[in-house]
Amino acid sequence: MSQADVGQVRDGYPEYMRESIAKVEATRAQRLKDGSPKAMTAEQREHVLQEWHPDYKADKKRALRVGPSKGDRMPHEVVDLLEAYPSIAASDIDLSSPDFEVQVLILGGGGAASVAALFAHEEGIPTEDLLMVSKLRHGDCNSVMAQGGIQAADRAPDSPAIHYLDVLGGGHYTNNPELVKALVNDGPLVIDWHEKLGALYDKVDGKYLEAHGGGTSRMRMHSAKDYTGLELMRVIRDEVRNVGITVIEFAPAVELLLDEAGHCAGAVLFNLETEEYVTVKASATVLATGGFGRLHIQGFPTTNHYGATADGLVMAYRAGVRVLDMDSVQYHPTGVAYPAAILGQLATEKLRNQGAEPVNIDGESFVFPLEPRDVEAAAIIRECYGNDKGVTTPSGIRGVWLDTPMIDAIHGPGTLKSRLAAMWMMWHRHGIDITKDPALVFPTLHYQNGGVEIDADARTTVPGLFAGGEVAGGVHGKNRLMGNSLLDYNVFGRRAGISAASWARANRAQTPSLKHVDAFAAELRSAGIKTERKAPMILPDYRREAVLERQLKILT
Amino acid sequence: MSEEKLTQIYIMGKAYDVPAGITIMDAMEYAGYRFIRGAGCRSGFCGACGTVYRKDEDYRLEFALACQEMVEEGMHLTQLPFTPAPRSKYVLSELNAQENVLLQHYPAIARCVSCNTCTKACPQDIEVMDYVQAALRGDLQKVAELSFDCIQCGLCSMRCPADIKHYHVAQMARRLYSVTASPKPEHLTTRMQQLEEGTFDAELNELMTMRLDDLKQRYAERVVEKKGEAS
Repeated sequence: MSQADVGQVRDGYPEYMRESIAKVEATRAQRLKDGSPKAMTAEQREHVLQEWHPDYKADKKRALRVGPSKGDRMPHEVVDLLEAYPSIAASDIDLSSPDFEVQVLILGGGGAASVAALFAHEEGIPTEDLLMVSKLRHGDCNSVMAQGGIQAADRAPDSPAIHYLDVLGGGHYTNNPELVKALVNDGPLVIDWHEKLGALYDKVDGKYLEAHGGGTSRMRMHSAKDYTGLELMRVIRDEVRNVGITVIEFAPAVELLLDEAGHCAGAVLFNLETEEYVTVKASATVLATGGFGRLHIQGFPTTNHYGATADGLVMAYRAGVRVLDMDSVQYHPTGVAYPAAILGQLATEKLRNQGAEPVNIDGESFVFPLEPRDVEAAAIIRECYGNDKGVTTPSGIRGVWLDTPMIDAIHGPGTLKSRLAAMWMMWHRHGIDITKDPALVFPTLHYQNGGVEIDADARTTVPGLFAGGEVAGGVHGKNRLMGNSLLDYNVFGRRAGISAASWARANRAQTPSLKHVDAFAAELRSAGIKTERKAPMILPDYRREAVLERQLKILT
Repeated sequence: MSEEKLTQIYIMGKAYDVPAGITIMDAMEYAGYRFIRGAGCRSGFCGACGTVYRKDEDYRLEFALACQEMVEEGMHLTQLPFTPAPRSKYVLSELNAQENVLLQHYPAIARCVSCNTCTKACPQDIEVMDYVQAALRGDLQKVAELSFDCIQCGLCSMRCPADIKHYHVAQMARRLYSVTASPKPEHLTTRMQQLEEGTFDAELNELMTMRLDDLKQRYAERVVEKKGEAS
């Protein structure tokens, strides 16, 4: 975790890295003239993925032994979580008089949850019959950190069909076509809704400023500087507050409730501060709890927020919902490799769509900068560990340069600082000026491609349970493209909110119970799974081992 | 890797030795704290980890995000993970940008004494006082531009002697500016109509029903629009 003594540091970089930076500078003019390497063919993509992408290492996965997706192979970290025992049993919780009774309960505090809440309300659910609950604060989520942009096919040379083809090809044709259709068709509608809410997208001459993303064939990336996720989240959250929807923060759901008919009937929450449980009976429940970045699959650092521990996946799985494509993990090609203090934080793909290209230790470009993310990530790993052309940091990890000064060289001085203000600030805080020097990057754990199974109306297979956003699978298949997660949470958050509202109007939850949780624990035992692990995880634990070893539980 | 260099910091007055060169957030976890509040996105975008500190021998308070700021020897710190700042409720479509609507909803902005404490407290280096002054003049565009990088951590409002709720003012101004002065592009309206009329349905259905090999062929042959930026 700590950074070793790096010796002399000049403008943010240790002196020894300056030799390689000089090579990057020396080749820049020629690279700008020649252009980046050409995009890979389908065969070349397949080859680099097989050889170098972390998803393709068989020994990093195993088959799940219980539940509706039994037999599916997933990373050990995901299997460990899904095969963990519940933290509570039916006998621990008094469900006789729920603390809250609402028509629609929304689990999550990020983008999908907020959008679902607004549309459930718009569909006629009054605020007193609507409840949102969040693990952290409302808006402390991955949605708020998205930088690069949101895709929507709204220009004349583009169409939803072209967007569809990009998504399917990027996802290796494993996506659910109906979900992709919903995603691409709703794109313009989502942007239009954001306009009504008063979001500020980048515009020039009355049109959107739109760019490519990795794997797109049309320029359809809408942005708000490199604060796209922040701008959308704060506007949507502001509207949730205007409407007056109740949000209980620091009260994550720990289990879903089912009634005798097998319909979802609400959830048990856990007040993180008082450590009490809280019971909510609801006719419809929306799962918008996000993904699994904080599982640190294969030991990767992550761009994800503190609460990204896949709790929703665990709860839904115990309630009987299948999970899809959990064998695939999105490693963002460009996480921060140096300085160590911000290791694994995101260096947005927008840096590349504005002209920065990955360059090796000798100042050579080696990959088309806008391949789909899995391909780009695999190519960077190959350059570092296959071709041995990476730059080794003082803490011993390797990275390649992202040649950020190219951006101003292409678009003119001042472009990077205005279009990529967040990126400039992030490195500036550590003494690095990315308008002058390149940035050192390496892939970082970014996104849960798969998730719980839903249909195009965001319904799960459990009646009364809906899901949208990163927790849901099928939209992106085995690889998501840049700009489709912001779109995803809006499209499926909206559909989940609408579907939940209409279900709640027609159906009343019956007596809620936790029997399915006890049944799942019994299934774990009969499968011979012996472990102390409990799930959901709720929060990761980054305390130092030496402290944990000396802890006494005197106050409990 | 050479031996870990330790540095001494004070978390709410209590001394801890932590590795040099790590963030305040990592240092607190190293020391044995497990966050419930005070940690969010851990990347500088959510504003959950607002932190106040003072360096040894210095009389001044400094402000930072714990996930972005590095520890320094002799740092005395505490976190301010919550700001009790009320906001004004409004219906965006009913606001009149011509009147000084910001002043009506947030009269406290008239009490700004131009002390600039808000600006000094901002971990995003935003000219907070300047946008409050612009808000007072009703200059929505200026507020929107100056405040755009705001992560709403609330440190400005915690420091303000006039009890202004800066970040709520700015949020309202940006939304109002967007709907009144940054019109929706025509190409979006056109596309919405086309979608309504089902213009692209046949094209999409063709792809959805295509044999996989043909679809792959179509993908491989698709023409990539010339790189750059369209507007």
